[in-house]
Amino acid sequence: MLIFEHSREGRRAYAQAPQQQAELTDIPAPYRRRTRALLPEVSELQVVRHYTRLSQKNFSIDTQPYPLGSCTMKYNPRACNALAMLPEFLARHPYAPDRFGQGMLACLWELQEMLAAVTGMQGVSLAPMAGAQGELAGVAMIRAYHEARGAHERTEIIVPDAAHGTNPATAVMCGYQVREIATAADGDVDMAALKRALGPQTAGIMLTNPSTVGVFERRIEEIARLVHEAGGLLYYDGANLNAILGKARPGDMGFDVIHLNLHKTFSTPHGGGGPGAGALGAGKRLYEFMPIPIVAREGTQYRWHTEIDRPQSIGRLSTFGGNIGVLLRAYVYARLLGREGMPRVAEFATLNANYLMARLRAAGFQIAYPQRRASHEFIVSLKREAKELGVTAMDFAKRLLDYGFHAPTTYFPLLVAEALLIEPTETEAKEELDGFVAAMCRIRDEAREDVAFVKNAPYKLAVRRLDEVRAARDLNLSWKPLT
Amino acid sequence: MPFIPHTEQDIRDMLSAIGVAEIATLFDEIPASLHSSLPASMPSQVTEMEIARVLHERAGRDAQPVCFIGAGAYDHHIPAAVWELTTRGEFYSAYTPYQAEASQGTLQVAYEYQTMMVGLTGLDVSNASLYDGASALAEAVLMAVRGNRKSSARRVLMPTTVHPAYRRVTETIVRNQAIQLETVDYEKSGGKLNRAALERWSGEDVTALVIQQPNFFGCLEEVDELVDWAHAHDALVIALVNPVALAVLAPPGEWGQSGADIACGEGQPLGIPLSSGGPYFGFMVCKNAYVRQMPGRIVGRTVDVEGRPGYTLTLQPREQHIRRSKATSNICTNQGLMVTAATLYMSLLGAVGLERVAAACHANTRSLLEAVAGIEGVRPAFTGPRFHEAVLQLDAPAGQVLERMAGAGVLGGYDLGQSYPELGQAILVCATEKRTDEDTAAYARAMQKALRVARRA
Repeated sequence: MLIFEHSREGRRAYAQAPQQQAELTDIPAPYRRRTRALLPEVSELQVVRHYTRLSQKNFSIDTQPYPLGSCTMKYNPRACNALAMLPEFLARHPYAPDRFGQGMLACLWELQEMLAAVTGMQGVSLAPMAGAQGELAGVAMIRAYHEARGAHERTEIIVPDAAHGTNPATAVMCGYQVREIATAADGDVDMAALKRALGPQTAGIMLTNPSTVGVFERRIEEIARLVHEAGGLLYYDGANLNAILGKARPGDMGFDVIHLNLHKTFSTPHGGGGPGAGALGAGKRLYEFMPIPIVAREGTQYRWHTEIDRPQSIGRLSTFGGNIGVLLRAYVYARLLGREGMPRVAEFATLNANYLMARLRAAGFQIAYPQRRASHEFIVSLKREAKELGVTAMDFAKRLLDYGFHAPTTYFPLLVAEALLIEPTETEAKEELDGFVAAMCRIRDEAREDVAFVKNAPYKLAVRRLDEVRAARDLNLSWKPLT
Repeated sequence: MPFIPHTEQDIRDMLSAIGVAEIATLFDEIPASLHSSLPASMPSQVTEMEIARVLHERAGRDAQPVCFIGAGAYDHHIPAAVWELTTRGEFYSAYTPYQAEASQGTLQVAYEYQTMMVGLTGLDVSNASLYDGASALAEAVLMAVRGNRKSSARRVLMPTTVHPAYRRVTETIVRNQAIQLETVDYEKSGGKLNRAALERWSGEDVTALVIQQPNFFGCLEEVDELVDWAHAHDALVIALVNPVALAVLAPPGEWGQSGADIACGEGQPLGIPLSSGGPYFGFMVCKNAYVRQMPGRIVGRTVDVEGRPGYTLTLQPREQHIRRSKATSNICTNQGLMVTAATLYMSLLGAVGLERVAAACHANTRSLLEAVAGIEGVRPAFTGPRFHEAVLQLDAPAGQVLERMAGAGVLGGYDLGQSYPELGQAILVCATEKRTDEDTAAYARAMQKALRVARRA
């Protein structure tokens, strides 16, 4: 039932609006609304009950293991939320003078410093509001760098075929052509393909390391050397930083610019799809071009650096200073981890992934890159199950939901057939991983017995399998009252 | 080990299952030259109690004066239920609803939100949010360029009555796509878009016209005439609107003969705390004709195999994870949690409540203007109807006056000097429904005193 279907004319949540209707007489009629907007007319209890019940129809980290590859669905510590929502932080207007935000700015400045240290970059800007916006800023910085040198012939960005979809989409938004290169059979970048792609037209390359196939790019130093020799720059997609946090640094690998998904590695909530935060780190070549604003410390005081302080900046990405509430959560998390906790994240995320991979392999599932170590994630290919039993990765995904596990990422990366990209994260206990293996085995058994049963899953959720074709064909994107 | 559940026994069992002796071995594919450890400057781990002490102390330093600043972020009352429910773990710690059956809560909230935004704007289709108001405007500009098949100029008219930060952000985001953003000046007395300046574009190929209503100065634009002008010139109209104002102002879908084509804006007024500027959310609503050009997630209603209604992400072929380099935008994550808060807010307020909030803001700003009207050295910059913001011109340096007022516990407004030097010493002020008569009196006293001191200096 929709909130609109609870609506009754004349009902309201009376405590929530001014008691009197103020006069609007000095807004002349032509500027005014003639009919009231369609919003529900409900009581406060109805609202609370309706949305509490809706929340219960969600899977979430707080309720189920969520091994969604490439998304790092780890526990979001409650302290991060509670402390970021202290009333003084929430009450500050973005245009209040910096002196009324010294506490908040101190946190952000320290976060910038910690992120620069853990990534090996010269400086960090917290301006991007999500990973994809960090990518946009990073590639725009690469472009600004080349343009500042008059290198207008550099029109191509190289992207591996296994990259996140945001990489090629971002390159295009920055006015670049995308040159895809293949992934070799061992999961690393195909070096011959890279060498063929490099040339005077190369502006840069976008890489994720560990890569989207769940392995560490072993020849990264050689890649960096080749790209730099060709005059290009290296962009690091930080989606998988959880795998190497505190163990290895993108700056040491030769990357010129990186974005971090703070909603992944630094455990800020995914919120049903945002808000994220895509902090951006730059090396010496791109430092001057970072997006604004950036927190600066001057003596014991903090202030925002803007256009005036950073004339070479690519500019602003948001109206104000980015997703500051998210950044405060990331700060609290980074402090709780500290110097000792950061490498532990990488160690236990990697331990969990390799354990789960070993168990699934022992259970007879096909690992996409069996000769490689898993990073913090790995790929199971259900190609054989699809062929022999007629059950797909999506069928497994849906049936896993019945067993109380959120599905892994399905059909990504595209180059592995029937892929399940599995990322358990460091915060899951061994029992949960064992339970996942047991569920995978049972689903395979079920498929052997009655494939239609698996193909019709899920059974135990708020709805059964949804007709997505119909959703796209007969578009129904908002509710309309019966007239 | 914070947030890591492994016992010593677990670690031994797991390593044994993998067939390695220690965790370090799992990193043996990383070249030795790249192994590093964190510098001593990285702070050591702390407990929750210790970090709580740090944050409470810092928050204590950030006590806020009474706020009379608007300029794109507004200090509205937020019902307690909004964030009590929004931070429930089931909303807070879920991801983008790729597995629709396991995400019906988030998906239905988004569908209800889309319905509410359609209601407020009078347009046909809403997406499930973008990052913030300014980036939503940038995406609307890109969308208009894709959607206007009658125009090949890639020229978008961006009046100077549009928020200066929005113009800068749009510039950053569209800069590399060969789009011309052309400014259109404003009337010096009315504070609204100058029709004569617009006429300079008559007969030219114009792709879209942006109209902010109420505009950055708080003044109301002649939206009907502007929309008709744009459509007569085959330009699309992008309406940049305040969602609370829409409770009392004409919705973009009803502007002029045929309505604006795209509406977008900042969702913050709908139950999102000020939080120094974020996280907020951007909204975007459009006519049916442009739905396939819309960026971001869109939720549709469908049925399951038993015919029961359910919700799912739809029209995904527009998006980066399917279309890659041919996507409508690179946007992936949006601001889902903020949309949850906004949906709760709009449900709690309803149309009547939202109208009362809007009217109270309007009335309080009028009271503020009346309270400062008698102060020597203060005059309103513009005549004509406004919503809940106004520009005041001062006879002393605005920066100094605002600084002194802040010292007296009042955030007196936004200094327009940097973006609009032609206005002289001018500030933008706003009084929301939260401002009391006492607040207004304090404002007037603080301003009078600050001006007197500044004049003497």
